[in-house]
Amino acid sequence: MNLIGDKISYKPDEQFHLNDVSFNFKKGNLYTILGRTLSGKTTLLKTIAGLLNPDQGSISFEEKDFIKIPVWERNVAMVYQQFINYPHLNVYENITFPLEQRKLSPEQIKKDVDEALKTVGLVGFENRKIQELSGGQQQRVALARSLAKKAKILLLDEPLVNLDYKLREQLREEFKRIFSEGLSQDTILIYSTTDPQEVMELNGEVIVLDEGKVLQKGPAKEIFENPSNLKVAEISNDPPMNILKGSKNSKNLNFENISVEIPNHFKNLEDKNYNFGIRASEIKLDENGEEFEIELAEISGSETLLHLKRGNSKIIALIEEVMNFKIHEKVKINFNANKFYAFGEDEKLVSSPYGGTNG
Amino acid sequence: MSKLYTFLKYFFITFWTVFVVAPFLWAVSTSFKDFQSVNSKVTYIPWLDFEPTLEGWRVLIKSPAKGGVDIVEPYFNSIFVTCTASLISIVLGTLAAYALSRFTFKAGFVRNNDITFFFISQRIMPPIVLSIPFFIFLSTIGLLDSLLGLVVVYIVLLMPIAVWIMVDFFNRVPKELDETALIDGCNPYQAFYKVVLPNSIPGLIVAGMFCIIFGWIDFFFAFILTFTEVQLLPVKVVALNSSITPWWSLSASALVSVAPLIIVAFIVERYLSKGNLSGALK
Repeated sequence: MNLIGDKISYKPDEQFHLNDVSFNFKKGNLYTILGRTLSGKTTLLKTIAGLLNPDQGSISFEEKDFIKIPVWERNVAMVYQQFINYPHLNVYENITFPLEQRKLSPEQIKKDVDEALKTVGLVGFENRKIQELSGGQQQRVALARSLAKKAKILLLDEPLVNLDYKLREQLREEFKRIFSEGLSQDTILIYSTTDPQEVMELNGEVIVLDEGKVLQKGPAKEIFENPSNLKVAEISNDPPMNILKGSKNSKNLNFENISVEIPNHFKNLEDKNYNFGIRASEIKLDENGEEFEIELAEISGSETLLHLKRGNSKIIALIEEVMNFKIHEKVKINFNANKFYAFGEDEKLVSSPYGGTNG
Repeated sequence: MSKLYTFLKYFFITFWTVFVVAPFLWAVSTSFKDFQSVNSKVTYIPWLDFEPTLEGWRVLIKSPAKGGVDIVEPYFNSIFVTCTASLISIVLGTLAAYALSRFTFKAGFVRNNDITFFFISQRIMPPIVLSIPFFIFLSTIGLLDSLLGLVVVYIVLLMPIAVWIMVDFFNRVPKELDETALIDGCNPYQAFYKVVLPNSIPGLIVAGMFCIIFGWIDFFFAFILTFTEVQLLPVKVVALNSSITPWWSLSASALVSVAPLIIVAFIVERYLSKGNLSGALK
């Protein structure tokens, strides 16, 4: 009874949009697809919806060949990153549209629509025109239309990306509530995003996609704690995980003329060259630390992002207070060595502070 | 500096308005004049300079037997031909434009843009090039000097305009809108007429107006492809200009023939000024 994709490839031009993607989505679960722009997230969702036909591979749902079923009979729902609603219909008509298309009884339609409006918090907006709504409200209408359909597969393609920061935070909180209340137990929810924070907060099963290929699959926590390779480490952290080329010898970890004491979880590592990974939040300002040059300082909310440089390495440090820095100023920082990751020269995870390795 | 600018601005606006409106006013006043007031000396003000008469207007509806010119029949012929050809062009042109905007066609080196250009190229050609083929074509199928023949020719002339405008319009309608309709249970035909078409009304109106304007003002093909059975308004109006030019009825017929276009222009202007065209889906 699952939604199963097997070795799906889609290559409309020179590049693969999907390259050998397989998945097994179970009913009642939330799946997030994490990847940068153009990584194939939208293509994958459109393939599941039936808007695109893969060149190779198969999709089956409830033991039926899904590819043979046209879009309009698949009973899926999709919310786009652009706020797509029917401009010629008002809010209420927008939500009833798919239900009328399915020829449900007027009582059933009214009940479903009212429920959906309540879930997304748009009660009282029924007769508004779409153009009169804000971006966030328009996206709520699109979501309400998808919820009212009670589709077995609900696809959300970066639904928050075009909203401003405040609204995104707010809607993200609501999404968690909506997904737990507004969905029935046999709905498969697939949510694509570029934002690692969304993935962690939604806390479902994650598929990390890059250049059309699946890099890693697993629970959000697992992806965060044990990214299987450098790419995943970059994609699944915002700011991306800092990578420092260096080596380990019997006494120290060395990179950019800096020596760091070997942390416990690295004790059993071979002495050789590694790519060390450290999250921006694990770098602290420290009077006794190592000297780096500031290339750029950004203040975001209550945090300061420092883009630092030393030798050939560029790193980003996340300082949890608002501070003013001058460009090219020197700062001293300290690395929390207990949170170091080690990736081999083949970019695969060798050791993580959470004990995971990628054999 | 800014005073000079304001002055120049209003000067040119006034100049241009006079330039455009004056011939109309002249035609209006001439249509109420008689032979004397036109030919003896320049006259301007009714009742003062000349005695207004309705003779110029009356001959338009009188039958030739009674000394009139009867533009009523050509008038309705023109309305019929223009409206029928425009309607068919809009229906076919919109369907073609939707296909060109949404689907990818490949035939040898031909792509969507080439097909669109092929449509537009029909308008680039000077009409004179088409006149002989059209003449032979219509005489072969026996539609020379008939309303139906003119409708067929006008569809050829008007459909490129409809395709051109509608392709551009559909390209600005997000593809995701059609896709959402498909996902919401519409088959492709339902998606087109339930979702895409209702959102294309501004585009349809503009395309329709252009078709009507170009169809209505055509003289060339109406002149070449008709003789005695069927006459269209532009041909009839020009034909008034015989050995003695009846300036009064010529002015009156020019005014009635331009009237529908003025109405059309006002409707289009309302849509254009509202910004309803590009902003339809924003």
